[in-house]
Amino acid sequence: MPIGLQRQKYLIDFTLASLLRRRAKNVGLLAVYTLIVFALASVMLYTNALRHEAAHVLEGAPEIVLQRMVAGRHDLIGEDHLARIGQVRGVQTKAGRLWGYFYDPAVKANYTLMVPPDREIAPGDAIIGAGIARTRGLSAGDYLTLRGSDGKAHTLRIAGLLDSRSELVSSDLVLVAEPFFRGFFGVPAGQYTDIALRVRNVQEVRKVAEKLTLLLPDTRPILREEVLRTYDAIFNWRQGLVAVLLLGAVLAFVVFAWDKASGLSAEERREIGILKAIGWETSDVIRMKFWEGAIVSLTAFLLGYLGAYVHVFFADAALFEPVLKGWAVLYPRFSLVPAVDGLQLATLFFFTVFPYTVATIVPIWRAAITDPDTVMR
Amino acid sequence: MCRTDRFLWLLGVLVLATLLTFADAWLRSHEASPRLAASAALVQELGLTDLALFTEARYTRHLSQADLHTAFQDHPLALEHFPSGSLLAPPAHLLTRHADRAAAPEVPD
Repeated sequence: MPIGLQRQKYLIDFTLASLLRRRAKNVGLLAVYTLIVFALASVMLYTNALRHEAAHVLEGAPEIVLQRMVAGRHDLIGEDHLARIGQVRGVQTKAGRLWGYFYDPAVKANYTLMVPPDREIAPGDAIIGAGIARTRGLSAGDYLTLRGSDGKAHTLRIAGLLDSRSELVSSDLVLVAEPFFRGFFGVPAGQYTDIALRVRNVQEVRKVAEKLTLLLPDTRPILREEVLRTYDAIFNWRQGLVAVLLLGAVLAFVVFAWDKASGLSAEERREIGILKAIGWETSDVIRMKFWEGAIVSLTAFLLGYLGAYVHVFFADAALFEPVLKGWAVLYPRFSLVPAVDGLQLATLFFFTVFPYTVATIVPIWRAAITDPDTVMR
Repeated sequence: MCRTDRFLWLLGVLVLATLLTFADAWLRSHEASPRLAASAALVQELGLTDLALFTEARYTRHLSQADLHTAFQDHPLALEHFPSGSLLAPPAHLLTRHADRAAAPEVPD
């Protein structure tokens, strides 16, 4: 082994022995440090995975959804609007969507009733999402009775359930036939909830939206990129919320670590004095302290990160789930797909390992450049 | 084996485990692709725009479609303040599942 490497190995050995001499204090520090990294990494991994999943799933959403606005509120949109869009170049397909909400007092939850554009459903039949099936205890062949806008009870036969693998987007869906939908909500023929547009060239989406706003001034286009941005903002906010809650703990740790790392105890001062008196150079003392900071912070970082990974992707983030996911009656059941962002991990590493290591070196450098005799006194 | 060697071994194992998380993430995302594809296909077929994460209010269910007067969009950058966005615990009736409610006797003994 080269002498330089051998020298570092001896230094690490000495540092470990020194750390073990103050075992209780250092184990406590390591535990708190690990917990902080664990909490921060859990939030980071969870939000990143959720954001990643939302972006992937919503890639197939319509490029533009056009809503009609009346006095600033979303209103039904007519066939005449649909016909006028035909003049806009770049629009590949356009279709009126029929969907609406139904509040079910039985379970205190909102369902999303929708008419599928390309799926044949017999009037009086419904295909429901797994969340509704679970909450109402329904399966294929059962009946679901809902009170319509006319005050009468409308009964739907459950023709089938939507694939439970797609629960993240379909948990509260009730797919019904168009005649049932119009009768149930009292939506006149030729009227739609909104219009979904597919644009051939993604680069043209903004341009098409601009043209639509000019052509149909009473409408509001919602772009897919805005939808994705909304979810990004939501998860960022939730991540921020948890981070703010953790801030107190983080600050307490910073004070604790700074005090531990920067304020040298009399014993440590004496130790440095003795080391210098027996011939250690200032650089050796600094290296030894560097190893002390690196050993503690690196171990805490790795343990914290691994704990967070297990917590988020093997235990479904049991500790943070209520805050980060939100809650709802018809909450979809899904396990997150791990998405580890190397850059985020590097950022976490930089902000947890680097400050502590530096904080240990500075006071040591100050103590190490003073006269051994002065330090020991 | 000396103390340093033991420590370096431990560190090596931890670094290896960290690298394995990347491999695990890759493998699991590969395994989950049919599930994601099923969701993406449904989104494509029905023209869906939102995740069914916050179903308690009409304007939180379809966040991106909510109109400009909803509580969600009271002012720029305002995020929804329905319970899904707060730290309040869910109401008690939400904590019992349908199966539990069905199993419980209607009239207490």
